[in-house]
Amino acid sequence: MVEHLHSDGEEPCVTLDAFLQQSNATAVRLEPDEDARALIPHLDRLALIEVAFPKFRDGRGYSSARILREAGYAGELRAQGDVLVDQIAYMTRCGFDTFAPEKALNPSDVEAALTRWPEHYQGAADGAVPIWKLRHG
Amino acid sequence: MYKYDEYDQQMVDARVAEFSDQVRRRLAGEITEDQFKPLRLMNGLYLQLHAYMLRVAVPYGTLDSRQMRMLAHIARKYDRDYGHFTTRQNIQYNWIKLEDAPAILADLASVEMHAIQTSGNCIRNISSDQWAGAAADEITDPRPWAELLRQWSSFHPEFSYLPRKFKIAVIAADEDRAAMRLHDIGIQIVEKDGVHGAAFYVGGGMGRTPMIAPLIKDFVPLEDMLSYAEACLRVYNRYGRRDNIYKARIKILIHELGADEYRRQVEEEFKHVKSLGIDPPKAEFDRIAAQFASPPLDASAPDAIDRSDPDFAVWVDQNVAAHKIPGHAIVNISLKPVGGIPGDASSAQIDLMADLAEKYSHDELRVTHAQNIVLPHVRKADLYSIWQELDAAGLATPNLDLISDIIACPGLDYCSLANARSIPVAQKIATRFSDLGRQKELGELKLKISGCINACGHHHAGHIGILGVDRKGTENYQLLLGGSGAEDVSLGTITGPGFDEDGIVDAIERVTDKYLAERSEGERFVDTFRRVGIAPFKEAIYG
Repeated sequence: MVEHLHSDGEEPCVTLDAFLQQSNATAVRLEPDEDARALIPHLDRLALIEVAFPKFRDGRGYSSARILREAGYAGELRAQGDVLVDQIAYMTRCGFDTFAPEKALNPSDVEAALTRWPEHYQGAADGAVPIWKLRHG
Repeated sequence: MYKYDEYDQQMVDARVAEFSDQVRRRLAGEITEDQFKPLRLMNGLYLQLHAYMLRVAVPYGTLDSRQMRMLAHIARKYDRDYGHFTTRQNIQYNWIKLEDAPAILADLASVEMHAIQTSGNCIRNISSDQWAGAAADEITDPRPWAELLRQWSSFHPEFSYLPRKFKIAVIAADEDRAAMRLHDIGIQIVEKDGVHGAAFYVGGGMGRTPMIAPLIKDFVPLEDMLSYAEACLRVYNRYGRRDNIYKARIKILIHELGADEYRRQVEEEFKHVKSLGIDPPKAEFDRIAAQFASPPLDASAPDAIDRSDPDFAVWVDQNVAAHKIPGHAIVNISLKPVGGIPGDASSAQIDLMADLAEKYSHDELRVTHAQNIVLPHVRKADLYSIWQELDAAGLATPNLDLISDIIACPGLDYCSLANARSIPVAQKIATRFSDLGRQKELGELKLKISGCINACGHHHAGHIGILGVDRKGTENYQLLLGGSGAEDVSLGTITGPGFDEDGIVDAIERVTDKYLAERSEGERFVDTFRRVGIAPFKEAIYG
């Protein structure tokens, strides 16, 4: 699950501005202050969207991820930057499927974080069935 | 009262396990204090001046006796034998050791309690009307909606790293006992054409830039409440400022965007969010609401109160409120004894209040945002027995809503953010006005003290507000007049230059003397202030 940035053969991400001007890129990087909704018309030709987390406290990327998944994006959605083990469960719920943390994560901590919560109160972008639905079948 | 099912219990148990692991990693040096800080904050653990402070959530201020006793147990076992009830209907402990925090959370989980999201830049504990389910003026009990919001907001994956903290209150009466419009989202359940809906006020708050929340939507169908809240939050998460912590609350965003533009964006987002199916079905609301069913209260219980003991009669007149069922009453227990620390209660007092709730109030207690405790469902015939027990424990101070019923933040005695002490000022004011006849002559007078501009002591919303500041290294107190956190919500105005600790007490006395001289028949202090304006008061204070 945890991958490293730019593995072999991967197309480098372009900026949102560059992507919107240059239509043949298939990987784009979204900064916290960039509106994910700008990508919605182009989702079918994207293979990778990398969402930047320059500081873990800046939570705009969580909304970006959900908005992209809610719009039907099915490609790779990567959280890059100040990504800590204590954030990845929420990130997964918001639709991220890969992580490129600046500082390597301990795999057993990652495993524990991702399996700690058997159920969830609310619906999000991970397809989990919310508790209220479990209660009422 | 709401009872956890297996899912709710599983959530708090998982949180205890998670936090225990985080504390272990911190104590082992695997994570830095900077990385640990947001994690402990989301579990209500602050590092204060002298020790860790743990804030325990009391959702919408409702507790049963078993939970109340656990709060006493924690005070006794892990703290210095007392707890401090807060303006957000929570309780905090001031002398906690980090290594004890996991055990405390486990103790809390054993009675369906937690410290989840009592701090941090996330959706905080949902607050409500402390008289919910008992007040004669409510159109419905707001707490089932508060519980629905509690579950929706707990561990919300998208809204746990917001620009800043986020506070939601829910009420269902026109009389606002929860300072609803001074919240990030204030929801009032209202009725239109025989149907209930939610009025959304968004962008209120205190702090250094106080704002009264504008009405964003007058009637959200209740089946859309969570979607609408989600849309409100998503717009905030997208555009709320992150460059300056003091401008990061939603009130600043709405002030800068304007309520109309914010509303337009929320409506657009709502259209999308509503399609996601995040609102639970009515069956889930009904499941929750059934647990808030009114206890069996006998409407034929005797309505008369034997007032032959004059001290008891004084307390009844001041601290007992009307209940919606005849023969019953709402008891307000003041945690503001003259010379005491507002909101503090000893373990023995907490245990006693639990006993009284179990014996006389259908096992229910409430915490109020004014830092008092309520027994919501009491038979009038039991009032005298209750009063005797309270009196013996130092809990029968008959000063509800009087000048000595002071809201005060912990201030510089505890808080690392404070610029000045709040507690000694509260004590001096209460002592100066200790004569009950004088207090009653002054009537309803809400006095609120904050030890810094973060305004935890609600000074902007005080009929009389006091703000402690640091002036060239000495504590200085500014005086504000004319605020209100109730349905007549308003923000106080600073009178002028500040005072030292004794000077502020003198200034308040000049203000109250002026009120007595100026008031017309039936006017409260704040009414007179609104009628005559600040000038006569300034003249009285500064000459």
